[in-house]
Amino acid sequence: MKNSIFIIFKKELARFFGDKRMAFTTLLLPGLMIYIMYSIMGNAISNQFSVDEDTRPVAYVVNLPESVEPILSEAFHLMPTEESSAEEIKEQIRNKETDLLAVFPADFDAAVASYDSASGLQAPNIELFYNTSQTSSQTAYSYMIEMLSNYESVLANRFDVNSGDAVYDLASEKDTTGTIFSSMLPMLLMVFLFTGCMAVAPESIAGEKERGTIATMLVTPMKRSHLAIGKISALALIALLSGISSALGTILSLPKLMGAATDQLNANFYQVNDYLMLGVVILSTVLLLITLISIISAFAKTIKEAQTYIMPLMIVVMVIAVTAMFSGGAKTDLVYYLIPMYNSVQCMIGIFSFEVLPMQIVAAVVSNIVYTGLGVFVLTRMFNNERIVYSK
Amino acid sequence: MNEILQVRELCKTFRLSAKQQRLEHTKQSVKVAVDRLSFSAYEGEIFGLLGPNGAGKTTTLRMLATLIKPDSGDALVDGSSIVTDPSDVRAKIGFLTSELKLEEFFTPNALYDFFSDLHQVPTGVRETRKRQLFSRFGIDQFAEVKVANLSTGMKQKVSLAISIVHNPNIIIFDEPTNGLDVLTAKVVTDFLQELKLQGKTVIVSTHIFSLIEKICDRVGVIIDGKMIVCDTLKNVTAGKSLEDRFFQIYADTVGDVQ
Repeated sequence: MKNSIFIIFKKELARFFGDKRMAFTTLLLPGLMIYIMYSIMGNAISNQFSVDEDTRPVAYVVNLPESVEPILSEAFHLMPTEESSAEEIKEQIRNKETDLLAVFPADFDAAVASYDSASGLQAPNIELFYNTSQTSSQTAYSYMIEMLSNYESVLANRFDVNSGDAVYDLASEKDTTGTIFSSMLPMLLMVFLFTGCMAVAPESIAGEKERGTIATMLVTPMKRSHLAIGKISALALIALLSGISSALGTILSLPKLMGAATDQLNANFYQVNDYLMLGVVILSTVLLLITLISIISAFAKTIKEAQTYIMPLMIVVMVIAVTAMFSGGAKTDLVYYLIPMYNSVQCMIGIFSFEVLPMQIVAAVVSNIVYTGLGVFVLTRMFNNERIVYSK
Repeated sequence: MNEILQVRELCKTFRLSAKQQRLEHTKQSVKVAVDRLSFSAYEGEIFGLLGPNGAGKTTTLRMLATLIKPDSGDALVDGSSIVTDPSDVRAKIGFLTSELKLEEFFTPNALYDFFSDLHQVPTGVRETRKRQLFSRFGIDQFAEVKVANLSTGMKQKVSLAISIVHNPNIIIFDEPTNGLDVLTAKVVTDFLQELKLQGKTVIVSTHIFSLIEKICDRVGVIIDGKMIVCDTLKNVTAGKSLEDRFFQIYADTVGDVQ
């Protein structure tokens, strides 16, 4: 005797993988898009931060003091100018033809030397003219500010901070990896899993209702619960593959994306058992998500309606996912691991920050499976309800 | 003769929305679709349910196919109750209606196998039966063409073949020839008669007089959810044409046709 759960499971997979376009857009495309997008973003960010050694920005300087010249010429191509041509250069900056104009007081060095900050008088003032709408001008301005501030603190040096050669940041590479991964990946993973579920469940449940094909199956002696379980397990598998595709795209491109901010990212710190725990958590999350979306889809008359009804759930899941970014580590109280969706996010934070306890994973996975079981029961009842199956 | 289908006092009501109440000029929030309907069908006959649109034919057949539940009353299909053993009933009947669609993405071949599996038909039996049915209806040339690309007539033939994958003894067809061209309609009616010759019981619903006259042994006339007349075709028509008889019955029951 063939098991009708397996018959439905097989049919759903045949439907999905038989449709090459659907399989491509659900499985390959998300990962590919994320990889390309993050790589481009990463490159763009690192380009913005990197200094091009060969082309020092040009700075026009009026009354260039001898004391400052050697410091500034390290970073700038300095063009000493007369005060009379200042207006002309400002006009060029306005037109984005020139980056920076620095105007020093005529007797800058003497004025600085004789200035007493306790006197309460106006300190010697340097004027910098720049244009924020021009990136190169903005960058040149920032450099100039930085160098002049350094020069100022050298003049009045009373104490130093961290001026030795010691390593002051005591976070290990592993800690940094854990912090960054645990703040970003749980949110991204939840978004990908939800998107994967959203791509398949409304089509399979509301779509079959809309097209009148679900009733054809309901006149066979198959149990309604088998239909529910068969569909949920097949859809969960597809959504899981879609989520894995997105996650792979992210993990492969994350070093490129974060490379600009830190060079201390290394996914090798995660061991096989971390990945196993992550896999179990993700699997139970997908099962629950698919069940919830399937129930909502069963209420809807059409795919479109289903997608509209799913929006509130999506917002709730997204908000829960975003809490990962501001959590500052996983919760320790076990109760949090019984709240659906929140428990998944907490487990992921724990796993990525190397702080998870096996008990927390067990609590989350078991509670997710219990919720899924309840959902299957509800869905079975719905398949038995003529007002839901034949609502027009 | 063996009463293979016994319908006893079936009732079904639907709730009307406020909008539907306005459209039908009624204050009642409940519409009685089927009103204490009783009849029997005997083994090996073709039984026709005749009635105008909205008389309750489709609702009755849907209840017999266990797609919807009666409010009260019951029907025994070859001994199984539609209320208490719906799963047994489903295994014993073949049900065909235009509302049950086939998934257009699949081929007739794949769908036939899928529904055979759901009916637990052994693989060997399935293949023999598939060959017979596919060649009987000329589906074999289209066996690997997606249903979406088939003509309306071919889709109906595939639906017909798939509705009887499990070789049921009772076959319930709702408006079997609706929307079909004369050639396909003839294939369907011929097949219904073949089923009868094989000893199967066939229940059809229709508003087409000629179809009843051509194939039915007995006929039940339903008007406003009530069974008005139920007898052999000969006794119902009493020497007149079925059409004349029907309008007479209708006038006696409801009043003149406007």
